[in-house]
Amino acid sequence: MKYFLILTAITLLASGPTFAAEGGHSTPELPNVDWSFEGVTGHYNKGSLQRGLKVYRNVCSACHGLKRVYFRNLEALGYNEAQIKAIAAEYTITDGPNDEGEMFERAGRPSDRFPEPYPNENAAKYANNGALPPDLSLITKARAGGADYIYGLMVGYEEAPADIDLLPGQYYNEYMPGHVISMPPPLSDGMVAYEDGAAETVEQYAKDVSNFLTYAAEPELEQRKRMGIKVVLFLIAFAAVMFAVKKRVWKNIH
Amino acid sequence: MTTSEKPENEEKSSRRDFLYLTAASMGAVAIGSVAWPLVDQMNPAKDTLALASTEVDLTPVEAGQAITVMWRGAPVFIRHRTTEEIMEARKVDVAELRDPQTDEERVKKEQWLVMVGICTHLGCVPLGQKPSDVKGEYGGWFCPCHGSHYDTSGRIRKGPAPKNLVVPEYEFTTDTTVRIG
Amino acid sequence: MAGGHRADFKNPVVKWVDERLPIFTMVKAEYGVFPTPKNFNYFWNFGAIAMVMLTIMIVTGITLAMHYAAHNAHAFDSVERIMRDVNYGWLIRYVHANGASFFFVAVYIHIFRGMYYGSYKRPRELLWMFGVLIFLLMMGTAFMGYVLPWGQMSFWGAQVITNFFSAIPLVGEGIVEWLRGGFSIANPTLNRFFALHYLLPFVIVGVVVLHVWALHVTGSNNPLGIDVKGPQDTVPFNPYYTIKDTFGLIVFLAIYAIFVFFLPNTLGHPDNYIPANPLVTPAHIVPEWYFLPFYAILRAFTFGVNIYIALGLLCAAFAMWPIFAAKDKNEINFKMVSIAFAVAGLFCLLGYFSQYELASGDMALALPASAAFVSAKLCGVLAMFGAVAILFVLPFLDSHPVRSAVFRPWFKIAVLLLVADFFVLMLCGAKPAEGFWVPLSQVAMLYYMAFFIVVIPLLSKIEPVADLPDSIHQAVTGNHKSSVSS
Repeated sequence: MKYFLILTAITLLASGPTFAAEGGHSTPELPNVDWSFEGVTGHYNKGSLQRGLKVYRNVCSACHGLKRVYFRNLEALGYNEAQIKAIAAEYTITDGPNDEGEMFERAGRPSDRFPEPYPNENAAKYANNGALPPDLSLITKARAGGADYIYGLMVGYEEAPADIDLLPGQYYNEYMPGHVISMPPPLSDGMVAYEDGAAETVEQYAKDVSNFLTYAAEPELEQRKRMGIKVVLFLIAFAAVMFAVKKRVWKNIH
Repeated sequence: MTTSEKPENEEKSSRRDFLYLTAASMGAVAIGSVAWPLVDQMNPAKDTLALASTEVDLTPVEAGQAITVMWRGAPVFIRHRTTEEIMEARKVDVAELRDPQTDEERVKKEQWLVMVGICTHLGCVPLGQKPSDVKGEYGGWFCPCHGSHYDTSGRIRKGPAPKNLVVPEYEFTTDTTVRIG
Repeated sequence: MAGGHRADFKNPVVKWVDERLPIFTMVKAEYGVFPTPKNFNYFWNFGAIAMVMLTIMIVTGITLAMHYAAHNAHAFDSVERIMRDVNYGWLIRYVHANGASFFFVAVYIHIFRGMYYGSYKRPRELLWMFGVLIFLLMMGTAFMGYVLPWGQMSFWGAQVITNFFSAIPLVGEGIVEWLRGGFSIANPTLNRFFALHYLLPFVIVGVVVLHVWALHVTGSNNPLGIDVKGPQDTVPFNPYYTIKDTFGLIVFLAIYAIFVFFLPNTLGHPDNYIPANPLVTPAHIVPEWYFLPFYAILRAFTFGVNIYIALGLLCAAFAMWPIFAAKDKNEINFKMVSIAFAVAGLFCLLGYFSQYELASGDMALALPASAAFVSAKLCGVLAMFGAVAILFVLPFLDSHPVRSAVFRPWFKIAVLLLVADFFVLMLCGAKPAEGFWVPLSQVAMLYYMAFFIVVIPLLSKIEPVADLPDSIHQAVTGNHKSSVSS
């Protein structure tokens, strides 16, 4: 009977990912990038997060919001309070209404969220030929493949094969489900200047921005994994002790 | 024979006690660690704490004017006092007050009075911020709920309130910017 | 209740309370000295594990409700606020979300154990039925809970599930509107689902009390399936099973913790991190894994009941009649039964293929009246609910005198096949309903139904009754079988 229990557990474990990985069956396998946040001891690379933020601010933010991220969250990227205030102050936030009932503009504060690029969804669609640029706060959790998918999308632009007809405003991307995407290729070599000497290539930009967006989606990741190691080790030790107790208690029963 | 067995038995039982003790204490640790997140989740969340302090630019507030800002869900009164108001607040005999406090103890810069705008009686918001408001018999604030009168230093002078209006923790980050909290 | 026997307690406070309300006497009788068969294997851990999972779900659920906003404009944002800003909010939410899965893991193993060792049989029929009721309530609670984050899967799952009821003739559309509180899934739906999702777990607690009460009237079954003959067959529940259950529980929690901390979204679906959008349907609407077998049964019905299938079902009923009526296998005319089943099968195949033909427009057979008069949709919905409902009557379908599969080799094969079948259905439910997966799910659905309606009643009459050990004690001490390890 015991083998049956084990078999059941294995089947369940093996089938879990199968169920989750639906939806991408027409696309090629995603590039498998070796992310620092993967694995049991996963953590974020702060340098990459900072560069990724820069790519987001200089490129993505023109069309994509990041509305669930507050400027105060940038502390996790390695910025101090003064730097966060300075970054926040570079943004204009619409606040109000004031005593006269008017909305007014002010400089951003750490307690503000990243402002959205369009006033509403319809404006966003109108500005993008009817396609809605999704908010990026949760994008790596909301797409099968996560960071690998975002990275793939950034580097996956290609000439369309002869049998695919693209309409104006459409592009061919190897990793987009269905291959047709409305977003023009966002990155090109050298378009964002890095101060820390990292390569200014599309691949590096794609890696950095995927890292940053993973942080945006899972800010708790490092704390979660650190706590997880402790909890699982504790439970294994506890199970071992309880097993010994059980053996001891049951010793005289036949 | 019995004598040689005894210590062995004792050793066995002490090892057993140790095992049970370990198991019990691990159980206690487990329950304790589970309890903390469940308790802590009721504490103020990060977004609430991020608004625990607020910075206010005082440049547009002329002498004699007052502004109300929201801080931790409550109104904070900031009044730019005139020289007469300051004089009036300072000539009071502190010993006669219900809640004795000098005006100097209640301000950091004498022209700026910063207070939580909640009546110390039962929590209403007193009048006196707008020029058209009733300011009470002492020219400061008047609580319409039960008729407490506060002076130009926000001290209780008449009516049911037991205490002066509360001065929150604040500091001037520049000459014209104040951070409350 | 007023008088009765009281246990003797040394602690004066305990004694004082117990004299006035014999709660300590009760706990001692039911969980302390309660005589429990001494030959349980680790499958018997899962009742206690399920109870702990229910507690975890209620405690984390109440804490989440302190931060959750049941409004369609705020629900998604409030969940994200829990994940990002509330102290340990991410932990509590992941424990709750994965907890639903692990609760179902525990309960499915618990149900399997009940079937395999014949725990549903006399005198434990009512105990089993309360268990099925708990399972049904869990399914409702889990479904409504999945709607609350108001992501794309939440929304479209609710859309599909509430639409099931539109299959009911005449009143279907009215019921759907009543369930939704409108003409589509919207804020009223979310509000009532939250209210019911908060309520139902406490109803489950109530039924669990009845379930445990019934258990303590009959006493536990055991891997041998034979009755307890005397004190030599049992041990007191405490410390023997409190300790053993705690050990099993901790192993289970360790696996659960791996998911919570390292694979928190593996059992979920990425689409549910996209806020609900009534204008965009996800490419594949897939329920949570624990509903997949039932979802596969629903989708297996690409065909309805036409005149041929109706005739086939009639023949099958005719074939089953002597099996149900017979006292033992000598009274069954197997030749007649076989012929009736063969005819039933032929009619059903004819009915099945004639509908395919009708749909494809290829009229090689050109049978008259091959159109279904009970729609495929209604058949699917009835079969899906029937797949759960039939568990209620399992104790009355199985009249074989032996409980445990250990002594029923034929039943053992049938029930293990059912488990394999359940996994096949689960896989079919996860795949898009096209190509090879459709006939596979139909065959798997057929076995699921046949197991309860045909195989179990048939085995009740024809499976030989094996020699059973005289007592648990004798079996455990005299004859060490690997399958009855303690």
